[in-house]
Amino acid sequence: MDGNDSVLSARGLRKDYGSGSGLVHAVRDVSLDLSEGEAVAIVGPSGCGKSTLLYLLGGLERPTAGTLQLAGRRLEQMPEAGLARLRRHALGFVFQAFHLVDELTALENVELPALLAGASPRKARERATALLEQVGLEDRLQHLPSALSGGERQRVAIARALANGPEVVLADEPTGNLDSAATTEVLRLFDRLHNDGQTLVVVTHDERIAATADRLITMRDGAFVDETKLTGGRARSLTEITGLDA
Amino acid sequence: MAEAAELPDRESLQGYQLRVVREVLLALLAGEASHGYQLRARLALALGPLAGALNDGQVYVTLNRLEKAGLVTSERVGQADKPDRRVYELTPAGRHQVTEWLDDTSWPKPAPAEFHLKLVAAAAAGLADPVGIVDRQRRALLGGLGQAQRAALAEPSGSVAAILLEGVVLRLQADLRWLEACARHWNAAKEG
Repeated sequence: MDGNDSVLSARGLRKDYGSGSGLVHAVRDVSLDLSEGEAVAIVGPSGCGKSTLLYLLGGLERPTAGTLQLAGRRLEQMPEAGLARLRRHALGFVFQAFHLVDELTALENVELPALLAGASPRKARERATALLEQVGLEDRLQHLPSALSGGERQRVAIARALANGPEVVLADEPTGNLDSAATTEVLRLFDRLHNDGQTLVVVTHDERIAATADRLITMRDGAFVDETKLTGGRARSLTEITGLDA
Repeated sequence: MAEAAELPDRESLQGYQLRVVREVLLALLAGEASHGYQLRARLALALGPLAGALNDGQVYVTLNRLEKAGLVTSERVGQADKPDRRVYELTPAGRHQVTEWLDDTSWPKPAPAEFHLKLVAAAAAGLADPVGIVDRQRRALLGGLGQAQRAALAEPSGSVAAILLEGVVLRLQADLRWLEACARHWNAAKEG
């Protein structure tokens, strides 16, 4: 498979940091093809390179070697301005620490990417309002991030990631700062996005997110060591899992 | 207690087994006398999407056995326009059994010991790679966790069955973390 029918396709991606005796191979020879609508979870111990890989996939960092194709366009050599434009239009990012602008309301945070992409203020507002409704925050539009709970902030961040209708949403430990109830909210939201056909890549420690992905990739020392398809196969029945049968 | 000993061996019961049906039925009857249909409906509500584990006739079969064991008694009650129904009531022996069950803190048989010994045996006998066994188990648990998680997300807020599903999810998460520890140990053993 040459990755032509993939939304996102990486070949032989490598990322090194430092040099000489301080050289670190953060990502080694990683290849990945994402089909449209697929949800992929990447798991592995801290420092295994999974966040670096996510940043490479999102064009936030440039690979030392390898090729990267998003929606049919090559990323690894693209000039910075073009890359920034592509990131804005084709990608949505969700981070562990939310990265909302503290001085802006929830609504303003969500409309910002559309405004930056050149949408009219009216269109941007309409879209942002609809997205915040979609994540269940229609009564929080005028709240500053500081007035929101962690779970609510992350839902604002997810709405923001969707502002420009991205090809792929990339999430880095989206539930890392959340308690169990807020994690459930975020899981429910991702589940809905997935059902709506959004392509998703989630780097996570949380087995609950990992288990609801279509494909689970395990990384160790910068490389893929295991790949498991979680959907489509024969699944054990819920009764068996619960211990409801003898 | 003598009555309890006369109950048929659980393993000998036929069909899909819900281990706890006997105890749960007794506990529900400790609240009030009920007929089989009511009991079945209450169990189904408590189990939500898992109620499929409940074989249709199981509640009635179990009630029958409980009656033979002297833990419940029943009385036929006539209904206008409908067949008679049987209303069940707890006996003192049944009540004693419920109390014992509620006081019992033992947890359902944990998987760890058997699985652990399987890995030890596989390594010792050179029959299979313990890490491979762990990986297979991990995939099975992840598949299960995904299902339980999706079922939990599909429950409306405030659902009582969602609490059961959350328990399933958290235990599977704990099992997965333990499997990670198993993988680390057996990987190290292989390299060492």
